[in-house]
Amino acid sequence: MEKIIEIADLTFHYPQQDSELLRQVNLTIHKGEWVALIGHNGSGKSTLARLIDGLLVPTTGTLKIGGTILSDASVWQIRKKIGMVFQNPDNQFVGANVEEDVAFGLENLAIPRAQMQVRVKEALQRVNMWEFREHEPARLSGGQKQRVALAGVIAMRPEIIILDEATSMLDPEGRKDVIKIIQELSQAGFTIISITHDINEASLAQRVVVLNDGQILQAATPQTVFARGEKLLAVGLDVPFSEKLKVALSRQGLHVPAGYLTEEGMIDWLCQSISKT
Amino acid sequence: MNKIILGRYIPGASFVHRLDPRSKLILSFFFIVVIFFANNVQSYLLLGVFTLFCVYLSKISLAFFIKGVRPLIWLILFTVVLQIFFTRGGQVYWQFGPFSVTHFGLVNGGFVFCRFVLIIFMSTLLTLTTAPLEIASALEALMLPLKKFKVPVYEISLMISIALRFVPTLMDETEKIMNAQRSRGVNFGEGSLIKQLKAVVPLLIPLFVGAFNRAEDLATAMEARGYRGGEGRTKYRVHFWKRRDTLSCVLFGLLTLLLLFLRNW
Ligand SMILES: Nc1ncnc2c1ncn2[C@@H]1O[C@H](COP(=O)(O)OP(=O)(O)OP(=O)(O)O)[C@@H](O)[C@H]1O
Ligand SMILES: [Mg+2]
Repeated sequence: MEKIIEIADLTFHYPQQDSELLRQVNLTIHKGEWVALIGHNGSGKSTLARLIDGLLVPTTGTLKIGGTILSDASVWQIRKKIGMVFQNPDNQFVGANVEEDVAFGLENLAIPRAQMQVRVKEALQRVNMWEFREHEPARLSGGQKQRVALAGVIAMRPEIIILDEATSMLDPEGRKDVIKIIQELSQAGFTIISITHDINEASLAQRVVVLNDGQILQAATPQTVFARGEKLLAVGLDVPFSEKLKVALSRQGLHVPAGYLTEEGMIDWLCQSISKT
Repeated sequence: MNKIILGRYIPGASFVHRLDPRSKLILSFFFIVVIFFANNVQSYLLLGVFTLFCVYLSKISLAFFIKGVRPLIWLILFTVVLQIFFTRGGQVYWQFGPFSVTHFGLVNGGFVFCRFVLIIFMSTLLTLTTAPLEIASALEALMLPLKKFKVPVYEISLMISIALRFVPTLMDETEKIMNAQRSRGVNFGEGSLIKQLKAVVPLLIPLFVGAFNRAEDLATAMEARGYRGGEGRTKYRVHFWKRRDTLSCVLFGLLTLLLLFLRNW
């Protein structure tokens, strides 16, 4: 598989801080992969995302995006390949209304107007926001604003989409909409990095990377990662409800399957066990 | 709270609404200049009828325009009174020391009143029929020649449009902080002036901190989306000069001619 992001021996610290925030981070992400980045508050997830987009410069180590080393000379080229959606829906809405906000990134790339119109329409239809194209941000819900932000990213046709807790400020309904779009984008072949505290969202990814105190603790499939339930709790992470239930059941002396169970898997297993007894 | 500022714009599809914001902006300014040529009853009558005709074209109720005059009524009356007392000439109706009410004074007072009302009506017409952002982008288009003098036109217009865009967001935030502080026992708009000023501090500080955080987030988001300054960007919003814009300009031209013909030289 083609490598799209290669992080080698990356170390970073903010000038204001005296210790290193990220230490010796090594990570390779393949084209079309969906990676969830989890870790407790302040573990450096957002910082890592900003480093990948060239918004921050690593202290030591190298970042390669699509085979190009990230440097002052290549940063704008690389940024074209990466789209980012941030946490607060209000603080990333630049345009006066929906369509202008989606067009903002395209204006920066100096795309001709005729082409902009096509791309804006396409992107807005993809997130089901085309009917809202003339709405100002004040007339949109948080979930709708995040969908507009996603459309803004889609319109720029990047290869990688980074979502920095993009769903964390949304209500369950809005969150569901956004996650559905992320799933569709993943199927369409975009490489996705989603930073999240929502374990259910993380379990949808193909790979989960656990960041703890500036180091990668584990990078494996959601099944493998979440099966370590209690250890995750120890580093301050939440585990999915089904895993919590499993731990509680095994404390009661019940035999539970070893691997990670999704919520549906858990329900099936429970039904089977009940019908057996 | 949002309604105070943004409620001024009334969406619609009338002739006036569909005019290019650039022509509306220019013609409003032009009208304000032209008003100063009027100097007799006929010319004011002409301008008055013309203004009412524009209001009629906008399909917006006259009540909105009258509301626009209300906040300025004291300023207007004050100016009118000064005008009446200090203009001399014609028959004297009343005299006291340096003050006198004369025929000319009364007539001039009336004219000043009309002038104010007409200016307010026309500018209200502009803001009622044009979204704030349309005005901002029209300003940008009109300021473009200033680029030659190294005025950062694009940046200024981006600043204006971001400021306008954040008005409702910050209003909401103010509301939230006020409620949060009220629940801690702060009284807004009560007590002595000092007390009221003191109550504003716990409102302003969180508001400023919040605004700075937003600004930083927004700057990061803009950079992530490839913003590198105003140069070399293309524009999504463009203006198209239509027949009705030319028509309006011609109409204003005719008005000016008629006015010059009617006024006293
Ligand atoms: N601009 C900055 N300057 C200095 N220190 C910073 C800056 N941004 C973040 N930090 C610090 O770096 C640490 C990691 O921040 P980061 O935002 O990367 O964490 P995170 O994993 O994204 O956390 P969260 O889950 O809360 O978003 C925090 O302790 C934070 O205080
Ligand atoms: Mg973060």
